This record gives sequence, C-alpha cells and structure tokens, in this order.
Amino acid sequence: MSRITLTVNGHAHTVDVDPATPLLYVLSDDLQLRGPKFGCGLGQCGACTVIVQGRTIRSCVTPVGTMKGAEITTLEGLGSIDRPHPLQQAFIDEQAAQCGFCLSGVMLEAKALVDANPNPSDGDIQQALSGVLCRCFVHTRMLRAIKRYAREKKA
Amino acid sequence: MSAFSRREFLQATGALIVTFSSASILEPLAFGQGPFDTHASHVDPHQLDSWIAIAADGTVTAHTGKCELGQGMLTAQSQLVAEELSVPVARVRLIQCDTDLCPDQGTTSGSQSSPVNFNDRNLAQAAATAREALLGLAATKLGVAATDLTITDGTITATSDKTKRVTYGELVAGRKFSLPLSTTAKRKTAGEWKVLGKPVMRLDMAAMATGQFEYVHNVQVPGMLHGRVVRPPRLGATVVAVDESSVSHMPGVVRVVRRGNFVGVVAERQWQAAQAAQRLKVQWSGGGNLPAQGEFYGRLRTMKPSRDAFAVNSKDVDEKLRQAASVIKATYLYPYQAHASMGASCAVADVDDGKATLWSPTQSVYPTRSGVAMLLGLPPESVHVIFTRGSGCYGLNAADTVSYDAALLSHAVGRPVRVQLTREDEFRSESYGYAYVIDQRIGIDHDGTILAWDYEAWWPSLGFRPGYDKPGNVITGFLAGFEPERVAAQTAGEVVTFQNRINPAPSYVSGCVGGNCGGAGKVRSERVLAHTVPSSFLTGPLRAPNRVQNTFAHESFIDEAAAHVKADPVAYRLRHLKDERLIEVVTQAAKAAGWDARPSPKPTVGGGSASGRGIACVAYSGDNGYVATVAEVEVDRARGQVRVKRFVVAHDCGPISNPEGLKNQIEGGTLQGMSRALGEEVTWDDQNVTSVDWGTYHSLGFEFEVPAVESVLINRIGVPATGAGETAITVVAAAIGNAIFDATGTRIREVPFTPQRIKTALAAKTYL
Repeated sequence: MSRITLTVNGHAHTVDVDPATPLLYVLSDDLQLRGPKFGCGLGQCGACTVIVQGRTIRSCVTPVGTMKGAEITTLEGLGSIDRPHPLQQAFIDEQAAQCGFCLSGVMLEAKALVDANPNPSDGDIQQALSGVLCRCFVHTRMLRAIKRYAREKKA
Repeated sequence: MSAFSRREFLQATGALIVTFSSASILEPLAFGQGPFDTHASHVDPHQLDSWIAIAADGTVTAHTGKCELGQGMLTAQSQLVAEELSVPVARVRLIQCDTDLCPDQGTTSGSQSSPVNFNDRNLAQAAATAREALLGLAATKLGVAATDLTITDGTITATSDKTKRVTYGELVAGRKFSLPLSTTAKRKTAGEWKVLGKPVMRLDMAAMATGQFEYVHNVQVPGMLHGRVVRPPRLGATVVAVDESSVSHMPGVVRVVRRGNFVGVVAERQWQAAQAAQRLKVQWSGGGNLPAQGEFYGRLRTMKPSRDAFAVNSKDVDEKLRQAASVIKATYLYPYQAHASMGASCAVADVDDGKATLWSPTQSVYPTRSGVAMLLGLPPESVHVIFTRGSGCYGLNAADTVSYDAALLSHAVGRPVRVQLTREDEFRSESYGYAYVIDQRIGIDHDGTILAWDYEAWWPSLGFRPGYDKPGNVITGFLAGFEPERVAAQTAGEVVTFQNRINPAPSYVSGCVGGNCGGAGKVRSERVLAHTVPSSFLTGPLRAPNRVQNTFAHESFIDEAAAHVKADPVAYRLRHLKDERLIEVVTQAAKAAGWDARPSPKPTVGGGSASGRGIACVAYSGDNGYVATVAEVEVDRARGQVRVKRFVVAHDCGPISNPEGLKNQIEGGTLQGMSRALGEEVTWDDQNVTSVDWGTYHSLGFEFEVPAVESVLINRIGVPATGAGETAITVVAAAIGNAIFDATGTRIREVPFTPQRIKTALAAKTYL
C-alpha cells in the first residue's frame, strides 16, 4: 500500500492503496465516481475512459501508481445536470444513449478529438471512436451529437 | 420502507391511493403463458397493494413491476401515468421493480416491450381510477356535474364556470382515500392523448450524459466487501479441491467460498478480490469434450432427446410438393450468440441474520427473490430485491446469475458483498441466444405461386430464465447444485391452435388449424416442425429470441423463391401475404426506399465492388408488431466485406407512445441486428468457449461506416399497442443477406456473414 495523490476533476484526493490497483477501482470504489465504468476490464471497450492531460486512457488497465500528480477528468468532470458541458448537451439534445453504460468512452473520445481537431470529418470521428463500443448501437445519434458539438463549438 | 409504512406516510398528510387488493391483479400479461413468456404473476394482495398514490402536494407516486433497462420504459410509463391523470410528466415519480414496494409483474422482457402491453390493464387503469375518483370529489366540492369538469395539469375546472376550480392536492389534503382498482374506469383513447404520443425526452438522459446516473456498479453499502467468482476452466468440470492456502496469505482476502462447484473469493478491496480469484488454486475434474464446432450443425439433427412440435400441419405438404412444377430447398444456419452487454454484470447483496437485500440489475425482481431464497434456504419474504440498473441487457445476460453470486458470497461472510463478473466470466457462461439449423422447402406451381411450404428446424436448449423455482437455469445456480431445465422427449402431436409466438411459421402461410386461419399469408399447404434438442451450453432469451433465427431463414427463402421465378422480391411477398398491416409496412418501406422493382440478382456489373438492395419483413410473434426493412449494401468481392449503406425501416406497433423513444429502439435494434448478422458468433474448442473478450467476440464498433437508419413510423391509433423493442432487429440479417444476393447473385445461408464466408460463397457460387 502507498499513499497516492490524484487530481480528479480539479480536486486533489489522497488514497492509500496498492499502486498496482487499476485507476478505475480507485475512481469508482474510493472516490465514488459514476462516470467511468467497468465494461471489460481489458481496455477493449472504453466504458472506463478518462482524460489525462488532454488524452484518453482506459482506467481499467492503468495502474493508479502511474497517475501520481496527473490531472484526471471523468465524464462528471465536464458538466453537471444543471450545467451540462456543450458536448453533454448535444448528447441530451440528440437523445444519444439507451442504457448509457458506454458514454464515458464515446463522449470522452469525442471530446479529446474535437479539442484537438475542431473540424473532424466522419472518418476522423470513426477513427477516434474505433476503440470504444456501444452495444445498444446508438451510433447514428452519437455521431449526430458529436458533429453537433463540433459545429456549435466552432460557431 | 415497507409497503404499509409507506402508506401510513402518505396518509399522514392525506393521500388518494388506488390499490388492487380487492380487485386482485388484472391480467398481468397481455398474452397467454408459453415457454417464452414471462412467468405468471405471484401477487400477494396482502403484502403490496398500491399502484398509485396522489399526495397532498399533488405529486403522483406510481409503482411498477416493469423496469427501465435502457429501452425507455421509465419515461414511457411515466407518460402513461401522466396521461391518465392529466398531469405533467415531471409530477410523476415512478418507483420501479422493488419487491418491498412494487407489484409482481413477472419479467420485463423485450418481446412485450410496450408500456401499454405492460401496464394497460393495471398501472394505467389505476391512474384512470384515480382520475375518476378525483372528478367525483371535485364535482361534490364545486357543486357541478362531473361531466362539466375538465382537468389540466392536475387542476379540475368547471367548463360552465371557470372560477370553479380545485387542484388534486386540495382535494386530497388532510383526507385519506383508499380505492380499489376500478375495471370500468374509462381510459383515454389514443386520439385524446396529450402526453403519450409525444416525443418526450428520456427522463434519465441528463443524468447518464453527465455521469451522475447510479448504476448497480455504483452501489455501495456500509461494510461492503468485494467478491469475484472462479468459474470452471472446462465446461461441465467439477471441483475436486480448493486450496485456500494459495490465497489466504494475500492482503485483504476475507474468505474463499465453495458451494458445490461454485467457487468465489471475498476480499476487502476489489483489486484484492480480482487478484485472489486469479491466483486461487482449484483442482477441477472432468468436463470439456465439446463437439467440434465444425460438426456442430450436423450433429443437431441427430441429437436426443428431441422435443418435437408442429406449429401447423395441413397434412398435404408431401402431396403438394409432388404436384409442384418445381421444388426448391435450402438450409440456413444460425450460431449461438452472446448478449455481450457493454458492462460485465454486477450485483450487491447484504445477507445477514436470516434476511437478504439485493441490489440487482435483474429483469425479474420477484423471480430473483425466489431464486435467491432457494439458494440461501430462506423464505422469499425474507429476501428484498431492489432493481438497480445495469448495462443494457438485451435478454438473459448475467444479471440474474451475478445476483446469485453476490447472495452466496454475502451469505458466507455475513457482510455485504459486491460482485463484479469479468468479461470472460460472462462470455464463457452466460445463457446464449439459440443456434438453429433450418431446412426449408417450397413447392411452386407453373405461374410462380407458392403451393406448399415445408419448414423443419433443430435448435439446442439448456436452461432458460430461472423463473420462480429454477435457479439452476443459470450458471451460478447450476454450479451450486440446482438442475437446469433440460429438453424432454416429445413426439409432435396434433396442432390444436395456431400460434406463431416465436415465428417458426413464415409470414406467407395461412396458419389454418381447425378452420381458423391465423397466419399472415395465403399458402394453404403448410408444415412447420421444430425439434428442440439438448445444448452443451446454457441458453436463454436474447433479443427477439428464435424470431431472429426463424425470420432469417424465412425471409431469405422467400427471396430465393422470388429469384427462382424471376419475380420482384417486394411484389412476390405481397402476392403471398394477406395480413393488411404486414402488407402496409412492406409497401411503405419499399416506397420510402425508392425500391427498384425488378427480380434479383441485379444484372451483373463488373468490378471489385457490387451494390444491391434487399427487403425483409415480419409480423413479430405473429401479431405483436409489424416491420419491413430495406437494406442497401456494397460488397467488396475481393475482401468479402459487406458495407451497409442505408436502412429504411417501416414500423407499425399500433399507437405510438413516444416516437422519439421508438426511433431510438428502431435505430439501435437495426444496427445491433447488423452486428449480429455480420460479426457475432460464440466459438469454442473441445474444452471451453473461446470467444471470451471483444477481440474474439466480434461486435461491430465505431470503425465501421454507420449506415443511415431511416424510420417510417406508422401511427395506427384505434388498435392495441404492440411491442417495439424486438421488431426491427428481427428482419435485419435477412434484409442484408437478400441485398448481398441482389448485388452478387450469391446466397449466404449462414450467419454471421463474415468476410471469409462471403469470399468462400462467392468463389463457390453457392446459389443454385
């Protein structure tokens, strides 16, 4: 066990855990965050995605010990129900979810993409989301929401 | 909070409560019981009795036994209550699927996924009962006739004198009313709807999109430990010995638990439990010896025992086939597929001192209560199951089994335990959707009309939903010593009534039994015989169970018949259909797609890429929803890859409760159907299942080109609403297969249509 300080959604947290513990378990079990979720535990589906230094990582296969001092953003770090982030608002407007379990992967990959590339093509979006799954297959709405976000962000 | 104390609480400030205690539950299911139905309701009228309570502040609390699984039921049911009570949706609080608070409505299953099917005769009827009672109270209070009153936003106003008005809250305040459900309270018709029928946004959407929504994975209770399971490395293996010392030294490990062949570990932290489960040394014996996958379909035909049943048998099929100008035949193959939910399943149990509480993503809280009670040797009344949403399930994923896992582990340690299954745990031993072998034969006369249709199928089954008394139907119960339902031999007997619930009969036969013709089509010579045979793997309902498989075979084969007589696939279907609603969706889909009327295949065009269009339709479960889908595809001949460019879906589920929710279901069902048609297949070697992660079980991801899904919604008011959760997915594989044939002249008769299979078929010119 060792004491590790993480900055999550702008707040510093210190936890005393085995540094090999997957970041996801710390985020969900210790910090009680609901955005990142256990999908596969293998880094294959994206449900556990968080953003670190502008890039997405799979928190289920990332040892928490490697995250010392890192600034981590989860889905709930973007906005709230009362003040949703424009990307979240776009997903709400397009009703782009069914069970919602995949949203950390889909939305945070989309955010990282549009932050880096404000004018993504369909191919860019496909490429950026190629590592995440949505098993309810809300793909058409999600793509609409992402394009809407990119469009409104630019405007 | 118990039901009684909840009522006391409500009554403390005044309330109007509609109960079913004196009326008893009303036809909890819209359909008769059958092997694919939810189980009969087991309501105890003395334990729970309220559907609806209107509090003195005007808020409406409704209790439902049908749960939100991601399909939009929370919103649609809230609309249903709001509609009948003439209040805004926001004033309705829906309490879902809690065995201490809600009535037993069996299973929330997709094949009956319509709020009106679910709650037409009970929840909505309770709301209508409350509305009539409130109108009566208002008439007395305002001194006008009830017929003079109108309701807007929970305020009742006299039409003749608008100054005479009273709110629900004012009527209820300080008084207590307890009404039995009135079976005669008048329901609003679809023509009167103001809340239903509108594209109301999902009530849970903002919470999901902002990461605030609490899934079962997020449930934490004081003192909670973490559990993991250790499943057999070979299917059917049994435990010889568990070496606890292999993990007892590990930090945080609390207990190794064994119950028969069920093995699990409990630790203080999730990571500790995960590591201990990996390192625990268990000696297993036996198991494996699985049939080679390459020989699987052939073996199904000879498996015993076999449960045989005709859906229809006109007894003249052999004769008509002999008389036919031509006979065509084909065999269709459909693999086991996994529910493959986005999130591996999770549940939390707190078992202590003869009582159990479960936070479970089950579709069936009361059956799960009974199953857990059997596993733990407790009376069902001592088990409280609180539905807490998991990942989308699409049927019997591991939600029930993980609830049993949590219950067993918590029972062993006497503390709350959260169990998270691994992806591999779930892929290896969930209850797969059925594999099928289907032989089809059609006799065609000189003018191209189908004279006779002969269907014979074999499908393997083991287990099913656990229901109220069969916990062995899912893996945990089985490992813990309970038996699953096994196929029992049965000879096909006389057909008493025609029913097409799992769509073994094609839409083109007349379904005539004893003078009554319940089929959707015109073909009078008809024989539909299915053999249910033993399965090596546990099986259970997966979205549109059996209907997807049967419809793939029927809608591919009608296309083969059309091609045989060089008829346009749409015209040929219409020629053999009689059901007006099915005819309507076929016509509408073709129209919206700009259907190019001509026989398939398309005249050959050279080049590496071929394009084509295909159609497929179904009257889901015979009469529970109507859909026709046109698929437009491009086939890369060299690589064997299929890209669907466009889907057009015409859909009729009666009066539409929420067009936005319906479109979402149609789009998702269609694309999920595409994934199942193009990629998904459970694979195994001689020891165990080998499709154990997203690298080996092929779900279409975002890397594929997402086709447009254009929905044509037929809003048919004046008929009962039907299901909409499983209609669209049912026709997708056939629509794509027919489009591939149109593009290439090659028929693919085995799902999934992998590049390898397509290349092989193109090389062999499979068709005719």
